[in-house]
Amino acid sequence: MARRLLPYGERAMLVECADLAEMRALHSWLKAWFDRTDEAGRDGRPSPIAEVIPGARTLLLRLRTPLDPGFVRTMIETELPATGPGASTMINIPVRYDGDDLPEVATLLGCTTDEVIDGHTRQTWTVAFCGFAPGFAYLAPEDAGTEDVLRVPRRAAPRTKVPAGSVGLADRWSGIYPRTAPGGWQLIGRTPRQVWDLQQQPPALLQPGMRVRFEVAR
Amino acid sequence: MIRIERAGPSTLVEDLGRPGLAHLGVSPSGAADRVALRLANRLVGNDEGAATLEVTLGGLMLSTDQLLWCAVTGPLTELIVTGSDGSTRRGTAPQSLVLQPGQTLRLAMPTTGLRNYLAVRGGLLVEPTLDSCSTDLLSGLGPDVVRAGDCFVLGEPVGELPDVASVPAIEPVRELWLTPGPRRDWLTEQSWRSLITQPWQVSPDSNRIGIRLLGPRLERREGLVGVELASEGLLAGAVQLPPSGQPLIFGPDHPITGGYPVIAVLTTDCGPAAGQLRAGDTIRLRERG
Repeated sequence: MARRLLPYGERAMLVECADLAEMRALHSWLKAWFDRTDEAGRDGRPSPIAEVIPGARTLLLRLRTPLDPGFVRTMIETELPATGPGASTMINIPVRYDGDDLPEVATLLGCTTDEVIDGHTRQTWTVAFCGFAPGFAYLAPEDAGTEDVLRVPRRAAPRTKVPAGSVGLADRWSGIYPRTAPGGWQLIGRTPRQVWDLQQQPPALLQPGMRVRFEVAR
Repeated sequence: MIRIERAGPSTLVEDLGRPGLAHLGVSPSGAADRVALRLANRLVGNDEGAATLEVTLGGLMLSTDQLLWCAVTGPLTELIVTGSDGSTRRGTAPQSLVLQPGQTLRLAMPTTGLRNYLAVRGGLLVEPTLDSCSTDLLSGLGPDVVRAGDCFVLGEPVGELPDVASVPAIEPVRELWLTPGPRRDWLTEQSWRSLITQPWQVSPDSNRIGIRLLGPRLERREGLVGVELASEGLLAGAVQLPPSGQPLIFGPDHPITGGYPVIAVLTTDCGPAAGQLRAGDTIRLRERG
């Protein structure tokens, strides 16, 4: 499936990719392009792209200036190198695996709760994009081939209060609630690590591109 | 120093927000009518992004212990200044005005429209969060909701005063212009025609996060009913189609990503205009080619 350019109002555009992997590759390509153009001398003039907002398989480009049509063609057509894990920051998240939905998740997946925990901790996750709340990161398995291992639907009835630090699963995603909020994800545990802290710089622990491993808290 | 005597139905501290923090999951926030905010600040010779009070449905009453140069913009709204001797004088927003020490200023409820912006010369001195003084009602970032008893210290003036003290009032908003969005093709042709021809009523279930419109139920194309859209980025002014079939126009405190299709996007001018829509208003949506 070729990448597509979709309209998004007078000052933005949406680039749709084939999948999460292509989105991440294009995001890296865009960052590299603008770093290179900086060196080549844009003379400190700001980039035409004010902000890139990743989605599961899209990049929303908020524009400061219209993009050069030649650049847009390149962005859509260029062959992208597959992004390897690279040198991205690895964050370790200790988890007490005693979530209310852990037994239900095991039943849904047809395995034991130990196997759910093993599936969660054995693989490396990457931050695909952020949304829903400050500090909330959507984590996808780094190995796209294992996306279905822990794939469970959202809860039929969301909870009105999910405690801060709750670790959950929904579709192919895992995530950590930065603060108490309503939510419909399947809760498998809790972490004492703060993923959102205004006293820290930056305040969000997890940002797009970072790699995450979960471990059983002692 | 100014003291809030009455806060009205909803008064918040707002400036031009904290754009550019989507990677942290933080909404841009800021004034719902950015044009009115910028104008209020220009009227008192402030930086356009200085912290102001966003007053929803009037009712704000404040007192000052110092000579106060301020301005109120937004829809036509009666302004009542009361002296310590009980004497009153009246004005009409949008305009700038001077308060003597000991005087109070009260905003009536605007007859049409929703939000007035009160700027003081020097701006409000408020502790910023992530480089902005704006209150974000989705995330809870920024200052608390303004309450009676709150006091604000003023900053130092930075710019020259303009040559005007009043500006024309904005017209009541009757229509919003939009362009087809990234998922326009998720709608049936009939539903798209409904979107841009039928009248829509602003739901009371509307706020800084989004404005819900009530009208004919909009339907997805047959093959897309029940299909989940992978989450994609959102911007203020995006018009989304939730499962209810009733369109939602995102405002400044919008979530960063969403899983329902964005079928249209408001034009640049109409974003601030949408910030003046009140529950019960009837509007039309028009497609800009």
